[in-house]
Amino acid sequence: MKSTNFIDNLPKVYGIYTGGFIGFIILMAIAEQMGMTAKAIGIAFVAFTVFIYALIGWLSRTAQADAYYVAGRQVPTVFNGMATAADWMSGASFVAMAGGIYFKGYGYMALLVGWTGGYVLVASLLAPYLRKFGCYTVPDFIGTRYGGNLARFSAVVVLTVASFTYVTAQINATGTIASVALDIPFQYAVYIGLISILLCSMLGGMRGVTWTQVAQYIVLIIAYLLPVFWISNKIGAGFFPHFMLADEVARIGELESQFGFVKNSAADLATVPKGLAGITKAHSAVNATPWAFISLALAMMMGTASLPHVMMRYFTTPSVKAARKSVGWSLFFIFLLYSSAPMLATLSKLSLLDPNLSTGIIGKSITDVQAIDWYQNWNAANLMFVSDFNGNGTVELNEFFMGGKAVVLATPEIAGLPYVISGLVAAGGMAAAMSTADGLILAIANAISHDVYYKIIDPKAETAKRLVVARVLLVVIGFAGATIAAMEIQGILGSVIWAFDFAMSGLFFPLVLGVWWKRANRQGAIAGMLGGLAAGTWYLVWVRTGGSGFLGITQLTFGIFGSAVSLVAMVVVSLMTQEPDKATQKMVDEVRVPSGKTILGKQ
Amino acid sequence: MSNQEKHWEKSRGLLMITLAIWFVFSIGIFLFGAEMNEVTGPFGYPWTYWFTCQGSLGAFVILIFWFANRQEKIDEEFGFSEREDE
Repeated sequence: MKSTNFIDNLPKVYGIYTGGFIGFIILMAIAEQMGMTAKAIGIAFVAFTVFIYALIGWLSRTAQADAYYVAGRQVPTVFNGMATAADWMSGASFVAMAGGIYFKGYGYMALLVGWTGGYVLVASLLAPYLRKFGCYTVPDFIGTRYGGNLARFSAVVVLTVASFTYVTAQINATGTIASVALDIPFQYAVYIGLISILLCSMLGGMRGVTWTQVAQYIVLIIAYLLPVFWISNKIGAGFFPHFMLADEVARIGELESQFGFVKNSAADLATVPKGLAGITKAHSAVNATPWAFISLALAMMMGTASLPHVMMRYFTTPSVKAARKSVGWSLFFIFLLYSSAPMLATLSKLSLLDPNLSTGIIGKSITDVQAIDWYQNWNAANLMFVSDFNGNGTVELNEFFMGGKAVVLATPEIAGLPYVISGLVAAGGMAAAMSTADGLILAIANAISHDVYYKIIDPKAETAKRLVVARVLLVVIGFAGATIAAMEIQGILGSVIWAFDFAMSGLFFPLVLGVWWKRANRQGAIAGMLGGLAAGTWYLVWVRTGGSGFLGITQLTFGIFGSAVSLVAMVVVSLMTQEPDKATQKMVDEVRVPSGKTILGKQ
Repeated sequence: MSNQEKHWEKSRGLLMITLAIWFVFSIGIFLFGAEMNEVTGPFGYPWTYWFTCQGSLGAFVILIFWFANRQEKIDEEFGFSEREDE
């Protein structure tokens, strides 16, 4: 995987790969007809795809710093877009997002807007300029632009807090899927997930991660779209669901008003297994205040532009121009999945609600529902529950409960699709969680090995030694993440949202102003990073320990407070201290034009 | 004003337009979410619902490509684009 020849052949290589994967799905479908068990299919899907990723990881092994840290800066625009999309769409996007939309509706859909709109900020404010800078890591930019080890180190601290919060959630998700697909206890599955993740990144660093992420994107997008289109056609909702589900959306609204949202008593709710939710919110109606929606979207957008594992993907493009275009492609590939999530939620909900469909369970007798195969399976997995609260013998809307994850994982089975689709979905979820975890662990390990070890502790270290340190850190951070994930402290989605808030609290303004405000200096940046992170963390702890909060900022949007403090601290401290020297100002001027050499040469 | 200052001024102008459009699709329309959802929009979905599912998301994709092309033109105009062999 070294020559430019490989780059030219990429479309062919991944074309063959995609064909091979589709061939594998067909093979499994035939095997299912011939009597292969569901469990064996699940294992085959996960094992086969993980083996391919590991193979790519091994083929991408490298001993060069440029290849290890930035994939040799030769990743073509469209492929970098796919890799970023996989890097971006985590286990939460894949497994939990449709479920969130399913249960919470409009208020939750702020995440769809936030997790896409952020890319406009990435493209216009940051990515091309950081690419011109020629850095290996995000703290590398901070450290050089502002100068001094303290600034560099502060950036590493923010990066580590945000990315580590995020990565535990992803390892948790790989563990969940591995434990379901391979039928082993979660505590062990977490480590199997971790080893799969490390296989992709350890030998090839960023190069290995890039080419596995492209492969993972292809798996996850097929796994997400195929069931959506299949179900839509099966229930006769339309052959292209995205443009044709208006009637279904309206029908759900009709059924909701027909059934009514009955509030359950606390005593009844206490009998529902933990983590399951009922349908209590309207599907398509506006059920959140403008500020609740906008503040969540805004926090996610600013967080997107501050998360280092995304930003560093744009360090791998061949040019500044390519970096800009690449952001557009990234968002296009993300759009394919995100615009399908509400459609999946709609189809899934209608399948269960509509008494005219054979799959509908609301209004059916409770003993009939409890006798259904898939109900028993998912009930045993603690992801589904019905109870006859009012004792009338039938299942009412308020008597049905489901885990958020089940919307993606169980819908194919509920809609009566063959099991091969469920196996495919498991492989897709695994791909989504693995690709994100890889990007995050690499971001942390690279920041510590490059910025702390090489730039601060031992600037004379040889390349071979630096790469050994980078790999050791990768393993250590991975195991630390897995150990915390195994304790299951916070749910997947909650941790992900917190990561965005941490990142925006500490990094958004120091990064943006580093390019757009020449007067920003070292003292200001340090105050902005540490002040923002401290303020955000304080707010989170305060709200979590019973604080009332203010301005409608919740524990999910604490980054709004953190980044506001960061902005004020940065501007005030910058203006109170000396302006940056001539050399720094000249550097900023050079960052602002695409032509000419990168600021940092080959390191 | 030097060539570079002119280039930066124009780039900043483009940024402002881009951010203004971004603001409309990410924040502006959701100020009126409840009112707009009463009206039927594209493909028969309620307007606000459609924006959160597809509209805003698609607008961002188009906006980024538009921005990238405009910025390239600005870079070319002032002679700051990268050499092809880079």
